[in-house]
Formats: sequence, structure tokens, C-alpha cells
Amino acid sequence: MNPATATDPWRSHPARIAGITPEIPGVRTYHLEFRDAAVRDGYRFAAGQFNMLYLPGIGEAAISISSDAAAPRRLAHTIRALGNVTDALARLGVGDEILLRGPFGRPWPLGPLRGRHVVVVGGGLGLASQRAAIYEMLRQRGHYAGVTVLHGGKTPAGLFYAAEYEAWRAAGIDVRPAVDEGDASWSGPVGLVTDLFSGLELDPTNAAVLCCGPDPMMTAVARAAAGLGIAARDVYVSLERNMACAVRHCGLCQFGPHFVCQDGPVFAYDSIAAFLAVPHL
Amino acid sequence: MMTAEISPGSWWWLDAAGLERLIAALAGAGYRVVGPQVADGAIVIRDLASARELPTGWLDEQDGGHYRLRHDPAAGTFDHVVGPHSLKNFLFPAREALARFTRDGGSWSQEELARDEPPLAVIGVRACDLEALRIQDRVFMGGEHVDPAYAARREKLFVVAVNCRRAVATCFCHSMGCGPAATHSFDLALTEHGGGAAPARFACEVGSARGAEILASLGGPLTACMTEEVAAAREVPAELAARMHARQAEPGQPRPRSLDTEGIRDLLFDNLEHARWDEVASRCLSCTNCTLVCPTCFCASVTEVADLSGDHVDRERQWASCFTLDHGKIHGHSVRSSTASRYRQWLTHKLAGWIDQFGTSGCTGCGRCITWCPVGIDITVEVAAIRAAPGAPPQPGGGA
Repeated sequence: MNPATATDPWRSHPARIAGITPEIPGVRTYHLEFRDAAVRDGYRFAAGQFNMLYLPGIGEAAISISSDAAAPRRLAHTIRALGNVTDALARLGVGDEILLRGPFGRPWPLGPLRGRHVVVVGGGLGLASQRAAIYEMLRQRGHYAGVTVLHGGKTPAGLFYAAEYEAWRAAGIDVRPAVDEGDASWSGPVGLVTDLFSGLELDPTNAAVLCCGPDPMMTAVARAAAGLGIAARDVYVSLERNMACAVRHCGLCQFGPHFVCQDGPVFAYDSIAAFLAVPHL
Repeated sequence: MMTAEISPGSWWWLDAAGLERLIAALAGAGYRVVGPQVADGAIVIRDLASARELPTGWLDEQDGGHYRLRHDPAAGTFDHVVGPHSLKNFLFPAREALARFTRDGGSWSQEELARDEPPLAVIGVRACDLEALRIQDRVFMGGEHVDPAYAARREKLFVVAVNCRRAVATCFCHSMGCGPAATHSFDLALTEHGGGAAPARFACEVGSARGAEILASLGGPLTACMTEEVAAAREVPAELAARMHARQAEPGQPRPRSLDTEGIRDLLFDNLEHARWDEVASRCLSCTNCTLVCPTCFCASVTEVADLSGDHVDRERQWASCFTLDHGKIHGHSVRSSTASRYRQWLTHKLAGWIDQFGTSGCTGCGRCITWCPVGIDITVEVAAIRAAPGAPPQPGGGA
């Protein structure tokens, strides 16, 4: 167990904002370093896990870790300012301190997927929870039959991490963005991220999909994957729900019989498809 | 056969004075002693200074949305059943600080919270609430993470259980397989004999070394229960269980509850879209009473409580309820926006999801949710309605 979560699950550790990367308007990536050296040295995470970012007096937010798990001394969190905590974070700058506990949750199953063609499908900010997985596959590109990233955004300006596309492509990752609405600068596809599936060349029996986005998008992606012949058990989705504790105690993140904080956020689609199909569950 | 030594598994007689000495011994050992008392028209759990404060001679009548006390000179000390309070109110209080932070300059540090409240002794815990205790233990202590606040109280808890010899119409512990006999999780368990004109006597079973120690500290000689007296004491809840299994609806009387739990997990998860959810939602006020009185409901939110300077912040955990919009709120909207979806969440979690999560039902058959529902919605009726018509499709435009 990490020192960050040992014994008291409510213990938060001070972390300094070591850098801020503006991504797109309203979205910034915060690079955090634990103040305490022992915590910093002992902290490990896996791609797809999340931290609880805490601002005393304001509150906590569950944010996935978007940096490379091979470099856990500096943790990136890509955040859109759209709530109490994330708005307050947006007012902080480099050198300021916040608090953090984690990591929590089940990661993307990258180990078991070795040898496969992995298709990463990120809708909007969903890609933030997948970037750690992309970095890992980028480092270990030879272990995967193929790596494809499908990134859907509202507009070309809304595609964040776009500056990294070239590096990803250079490392052998097939990156295909799509936007709902193009502009003069855009020559790529316009439409839903699921439309990109038809152009994929892969062996569906040896492929897997990692998907993160709004619930309806994930259902649509699973359907598109099925259309290619990819089995539901080979589709993994990362869910987002209300969360106060991240340790299966507060009950707020329940989804059917699951606690999203601990049974997820990453689920095999076949294990939750029946629940995703029920409105307002 | 006499049991010569006060040890777990042995049985001893306590009379009314003995019960008084037990309370004094617990207080003397540093326990905060709480137990059932009549207050505000109900039997609630409060600090107890003397056995005289126990609700001797009081009975409760319970039905859907109905709770009344009546005095009965023939009633004993523990012939009432459960009121709105349970162990949850004490082990998982409605509001408590989980963490404390202090700002010094631009840096925050977390203070250790003192977990130094006196140990708690609870008198009169029923089998259903012992089961609820076991269930909450699994929630807060049985997983990968242990809740330190709960665990600190739980480890020091002293439980004086009571074997029920009476049930009300809303009781259905017999259906849930956890009562009315107290079989676990107690330090001492009392089985009442007599009452009314006959002097009260309690056969006291020792459930733990801690229980034995307290009993041995009462002072004065204790009389061991004879083998046939132990058998007679065990027969008290067994006889009640038989009556609960056999009871039938009678005209003019509240209908006795029971719940068919056969295949209940799949029954409910296979009927997440069912007309009954909208039907019950037309009556449900979404008031949260059921979740507040439920001895196992554990949902909670965390609130920031800062002083005026903003330099001292407590993170306070407060009971939350799946009947509120806030429970499922994400990015400004609620996942469960309709009453139908919220009632479904509560019932399916309690009786189905819990089995996946904790290997046990979340229901103990205590009946509190039925009694304290202002409109008398009955969990046993709702399940029976779905069981009677599985697959009934929701009406178009329904809420769930």
C-alpha cells in the first residue's frame, strides 16, 4: 500500500503545484509534487487510477492521474474548471500548495492486454484518464500489436494534448482526432468519435478498446466496437460518479452493485452493460 | 450442572437489583452507558444512569407510518422492540469530524484527531441490531480501508443484548434469518423472565471475556443458571420465532410482515425497469426517513467546516441519503433525478447490491423503514409486488 493511503484513508498530503500547462481554454494540467519526501518517494500508481485533490474549506475532487506512471514523483492532473473545487484550483498558481490523497481505483488492464491492438477512445476530457495509459504503451510500444488513439472533441480548439500527437505518432501510435464542428483550420473528420471505427484496420479477435467519456458515448463506442467484431469483454470503460471518500465507505458513487471508486472507475463493459442500459441508475 | 466460573458461554441469573448493579459496574469501569428510555412519545436510546430509567411496563405498537406507546402493567423491561435509534447513531454518528487541517502561512497541515471519547456500553440491543452491527462492521472495517473513527468506537463497544420475547407487526427478522435470538456480537445477553406482578429476572449469557469481567465485578455471589434454565431461556426467542413464522393477518390488526428472500438479488436486478418503481414513487415523499432510521444505511457526504479566519478546517462527515438529489450529483446534475430512480436505488441497494458488495443483505428485518415512513411505504410489499409481476414494463414517460 502507498504511504499516501496507509492507515487513515482520510489523510491528505500537502503537494506543491510545480507547474501548470494550459491545455485549452478552461482546461489546465497541474503538475504536483508531494511536499514530504517520504510520501513522494513511496507513491506509486497505475494508469487509470485517480487522486482526491483537496482544498481545505472548499472541498475535494476525484481527478484521474494523467502523467506517466513510470515517473510518479510528479503527478499530472488535467482539470476543467466547472465546480467549486476546480474553480478554486484555477485561481492557484505555481508554488501554491494543495492536498492530495490516493491513488484509488482499478487501473486500465494494460498488462493483460499485451500482444493486443489497443484502441484508446477518449471523448473530450475523458482522454485525461487515458493519457497515462498512452504513455505506458508508448514506452512499451513493442508489447502491443497496435495502438490507436481516437480523440473526439467539440471543436479543433477543444482537442487538448494535440501538441503531443506528433510525438505519439513518431512512437508508432495511430492518432485520429474527430470534431463535432470543424473550422477553416480543420481538414480532419467531422462527426462522432464512433464514426472513426469504420476506418480501423485491426483483427477484432485480438483487439481491445479503452474508452472514457460521457456514459452515452461509452455505450455508443461499445456498440461500434461490437460492429467491428470486438467482444464486449474486450471493451473497458472508465466511469465518473459522485464521490466523497474514494474508499467504498460513503456510498455516493454506487452504480448498480458496484462502487465506482473501488470496483472501477475502469470496468469491463460486459460486466456493467446491463446497468448502463438502465436510465437514471 | 453448575457453571463454576464466569466465562464466555456461561449463564447467570440477574434480578432487578443485579441489572442495576450491572449498569453501575459498567459506569464504574469507565463506560458511557446508554439504553432504551421513553422520551418524546417513543423509546429512544439515551444516556442511562439507572435501570429505573428503562422503559419497564411500556409497549410499542408499530405499523406502516404508525408508532404508539402504551403502558401495560404486565409488560416487562424489554418487551418493547426497536425505536427510531440503533447502534448506528452511536458508532456512525450523524455528524462527526474525519480530519482537521490548520493553515500556517501558505501551508496546510493535518492534525491528528483525538479519538479519546469514553467507551460505550449499550443496554438492550436486539438480534436485528446485532446483525446491523455485523453489517456495518463489514462496511467500515471489512474492506481494504478501515474507517478509523468507526473502528475506534467499535473496538471499545460493550453490548448488552436482549432476546426478544415479543415482536410487533413490522418485525420480520425471522425472514432475514437474523433473529429474534441474540447469537453473536454481544458481551452479555439478557433473557427476561417475569415482568408485571412477577419480579423480573434475567438469564444472562456471557458472550465475551470482557462480558465475563464486568459480570464478575458486580460484587456479591451470582447464581448460575441450571442446564434446564438455560434451555428455558433459549426457548424464549425460539418460541417467538415459531410464532413469527406462523402468524397470519387478522382483521383489525396490523398485518404481520415477512419477506421472501429467495433469489431476491436477481429478482430485483432483473426488474430495474418495472412499473412498480413509478407506482411507489407516486407515494414516496423522498423524505429520507427510511435511510435515517435504517440501522445499516451508511451513505455520507463530507462538508468543509471552517472557522472565521479560514485557517482551521474540519472535514465533517454527515449522513447522506440516496433519496436526495445531491447523492448522485455530478457536474451539476443528478444521476437519479426522479423519485422513482431514487427509491429504486435504495431498495435494490439494500436487498440486492449489498449482497455483491458485502456478502450479506443490507436488511435485518427491523421494520424501522416501514414504521417511520410518513406514508407507510413497506419494503416487504414493494418486493412482493415485483415478485408477483416480474417484468411488468414501466409506463412510457415514467420516472425511473
